[in-house]
Amino acid sequence: MTPDEEREFLRRRKARNWVVLGTLIFFVGLFYAITIVRIGGQVN
Amino acid sequence: MVALLAHGTDKTMASTAPQITPQSLPTEWRDFLTLTKPRVMTLVIFTAICGVLAAPATIHPVLGFTAILAISIGAGGSAALNHWWEADIDAGMKRTMNRPLPGGRMRREDARDFGIFLSAASVGLMGLAIGWLAAALLLGAIIYYAVIYTMWLKPRTPQNIVIGGGAGAFPPLIGWVAVTGDITAMPILLFAIIFFWTPPHFWALALFVQSDYAKVGIPMLPVVAGEKVTRRQIMIYTVLLAPVAIAPWYIGGTSWIYGSVAVVLSALFVVLAMPVFTRMRAEVDSMKPEKALFKFSIVYLFVLFAALVADRVAFYQGWIA
Repeated sequence: MTPDEEREFLRRRKARNWVVLGTLIFFVGLFYAITIVRIGGQVN
Repeated sequence: MVALLAHGTDKTMASTAPQITPQSLPTEWRDFLTLTKPRVMTLVIFTAICGVLAAPATIHPVLGFTAILAISIGAGGSAALNHWWEADIDAGMKRTMNRPLPGGRMRREDARDFGIFLSAASVGLMGLAIGWLAAALLLGAIIYYAVIYTMWLKPRTPQNIVIGGGAGAFPPLIGWVAVTGDITAMPILLFAIIFFWTPPHFWALALFVQSDYAKVGIPMLPVVAGEKVTRRQIMIYTVLLAPVAIAPWYIGGTSWIYGSVAVVLSALFVVLAMPVFTRMRAEVDSMKPEKALFKFSIVYLFVLFAALVADRVAFYQGWIA
């Protein structure tokens, strides 16, 4: 793998990792919100 | 639903299509996004939102958002499976040859795994957060589109667009069921509207992009049965669509707001379909009636569903009786 290819490899991997991280954070927040809404009506 | 145009799985084409070379670099995340057909998803999201908003019940905004999200993810998953299955045929069409798989930017099994993951995740999300009836419908829609339509019937029948229309018709039905938890006449009518709308919409397009389909051997109606039959079928489905579109008003599911919009739009649809039905293409022909019908069909669906939502909002707010 040439230096240019390696740079491109790392750039793509980093970009994908950021997207995965963002997606995970989004779904953590969503599941938290869903849980609050779903149990909200059953807690006094 | 626009994705239906990219289909065609005559595996005999594989030998003549450009070879797909595996690539060593990691696939760009944008290519994974492309697999979900984001442009197609806009119509899916729009009709699903209409189903949620028009349903005669309320849903918490978080759950409503989750239902729309699950439907969108399911649509993306089935689109990815479609990309995986039709990679060879996509490589032979100018319009689709630069997609991630025929473009050699992604491994084929990655697209398959991505599609399966999204599909399973969407059904799980819908079931856990909303309900298992909506989840079952979503699963049915994914199987219908990815397996029954894409893999089985599409390469075998020139009526593929009619069958494929059923897949595109699920989102408002699922959105409605996500809110109410049951299936009644109204969501079935919303399903039927998109089902009957799809053939004239896509066959009008197929008439002026016919050569591309012929090249890759997709059994589109204009290719297999010819223009005359296609024009007649466009007229038949347009006429059938009119009473289906007006039916929500006729059965009392909507007020005059939706009813008047449906009557006017359906009449215009029939008027625009008439010249498509009666004429034959000339040697030098810009296909203006066909293009006009195709453009109007898009406006038709958006305005009709927007009118439905406006009608129901006005009713639930007490602005109309």
